[in-house]
Amino acid sequence: MATIAVSADQVPEQPKALTLFFRYLNRNKGLALGLLILLLLTLFTVIGLLVINPKHAYPLSAALKQPPSLKYPFGTDFFGRDLFAAMVVGMWQTAAIGLLAGGIGTFIGVVLGFSSAYFGGWVDSGVRTICQILTPIPVLLIQVVIAGSLDKRDVTILTMALIVVLLAWMGPTLVIRAQVLTMKERQFVAVAKLSGMSDFGIIFKEILPNLLPFIAAAFVGQVFAAVFASLYLAVLGLGPLREPLLGNIIWAAQSQGAFFNGWWWWPLEPAFGMILILGSLALINMGLDELANPRVRKSE
Amino acid sequence: MSIKIIVKRLLFLVLVIWAASTIVFFVPRLSSRNAIRERFGELARTGGFSPGDLEKLIASMQQQFGLDKPLLEQYLQYLNNVIHLDFGYSLYKYPSTVTELISQALPWTIGLLLVTTIIAFVMGTLLGAVAAWPRAPGWLRAFATPFILLTGVPPVIMAILLVFFIGFRLKWLPLGSAYSVGVVPNWSWTFFFDLMAHQILPAFSLILGSVGAWVLSMRGMGITIQGEDYVNFAEHKGLTGGRIFRDYYLRNALLPQVTGLALALGTVVTSAVIVEGLFGLPGIGSLLNLAIRSNDFPTIYGIVLFITIAVATLMTVLEFVYPLLDPRIRNT
Repeated sequence: MATIAVSADQVPEQPKALTLFFRYLNRNKGLALGLLILLLLTLFTVIGLLVINPKHAYPLSAALKQPPSLKYPFGTDFFGRDLFAAMVVGMWQTAAIGLLAGGIGTFIGVVLGFSSAYFGGWVDSGVRTICQILTPIPVLLIQVVIAGSLDKRDVTILTMALIVVLLAWMGPTLVIRAQVLTMKERQFVAVAKLSGMSDFGIIFKEILPNLLPFIAAAFVGQVFAAVFASLYLAVLGLGPLREPLLGNIIWAAQSQGAFFNGWWWWPLEPAFGMILILGSLALINMGLDELANPRVRKSE
Repeated sequence: MSIKIIVKRLLFLVLVIWAASTIVFFVPRLSSRNAIRERFGELARTGGFSPGDLEKLIASMQQQFGLDKPLLEQYLQYLNNVIHLDFGYSLYKYPSTVTELISQALPWTIGLLLVTTIIAFVMGTLLGAVAAWPRAPGWLRAFATPFILLTGVPPVIMAILLVFFIGFRLKWLPLGSAYSVGVVPNWSWTFFFDLMAHQILPAFSLILGSVGAWVLSMRGMGITIQGEDYVNFAEHKGLTGGRIFRDYYLRNALLPQVTGLALALGTVVTSAVIVEGLFGLPGIGSLLNLAIRSNDFPTIYGIVLFITIAVATLMTVLEFVYPLLDPRIRNT
């Protein structure tokens, strides 16, 4: 028993992972603020989903055109939606589109970027040429064509996410490709190759762990782009019109002339919601950049 | 720059336009929607002609739009039309062609787009450079850095905020439309000022909505360049701060920034078009809004393809500008 006590004295106390995490956040204020806003938005959505009746997010479920009051904290709109319920459901749907499209886009990017950089040859030139040809085409406009060609009944949260991701995987592909190319030349990869490790072993055990900060940054960037694109499509009236997606609420308010009729709360609430979502994602992305790129860190 | 590179770039441009036209041609054909049937079905409901006539009318329209021919022939005909910037007839304003509608709306969009993009890009680049420059005066850095926060406010949201706070609450500036109601366009100063007053809010939405991204990318570039040896060397040679800032720091950071501008052109143009539609200015944006609302598919596809061709061409032109900015590219 005595020996245990002695060895415990000698080992300097290692701070816990959580403490280290908070210490890092203290240095990286942007990341901390972004995560805080995101946490608050998540709390709003989760608690909101428990409190509200989701039916009130849809038309003809509440009194019409009521300004914010105790009964309706966010007011109601022209179609009789309780905007508090609509904002909660809309937040959740916006998050779903962002995470789904961001996840699929990043996954495609990682797979294509890896294969392209690691195997080289015709795989690489094929992937690179396709990315180069598609990059100059304004993605949002092609998405307008796709969303516009769909039957209105076919436009749902899921199809919206798929439309958004369809032409948005080139960015992560090129970023991951460039990083794998530099990493491939590092010595630890050469050592692994000489010791007879398989291609997949090297990719998953050696290169992938080192790429995680870049993949995380690419993922956050993709979520940002997906939320942005879905906002634009919805503001043009190409979203799933029945759903209270934040962009749809703005579109509906705009087409009913909400400001001219004095219903200021109707378009302003989703607008501020959108600023909080995009702002927190932008802050997190900048923070991750600082984590992944030591040169940017030097300035602080 | 050698002839070979120029030819290569131009071939690439053709490839991009081909890819975009192919997407725009085939995507709508995968869907079950029939634009002509929807349009005339709508007319039939409101105008009231008999169903037999409706079928005949649709058949004759299909023929006129060439939809009864084999797919391959349609595709080749379509590519040929795109090369000649012929996007067919508008369904909503039938006798007018899409090209006519676009060319009427285009001057408005180009004016707004050019002014706002240049102001946002120059402002963002300078602010970003200052935000990353350690020897800039403290107040200037404190002024420049918060602009990064604007990255989270897209132009469309900025437009809504400005419309509400500046237009409705303060009533400082007019909202919507190109000029005041009841004013006849003429060549007087009063009309000119009226016109400009209506452009201020859309312009500010676009400038404030996009400046953040330029500040952010320039700041990142600036931080990277400060660590370079040539900047250290210039300092040790005793060059003045202004000279280092202008010739060593700004000039080297500019090339990636211009590349960034080329890559962002698609988003920049799309944002301008959507903000224009939101304010009801008579540009491409309102045309697109109207086309979406009235299911005028030829116009939607025409606008999309036209903007794609314009953006891809501009990107190619910008690539020819790089050698002017960077002598290293000129020699290769």
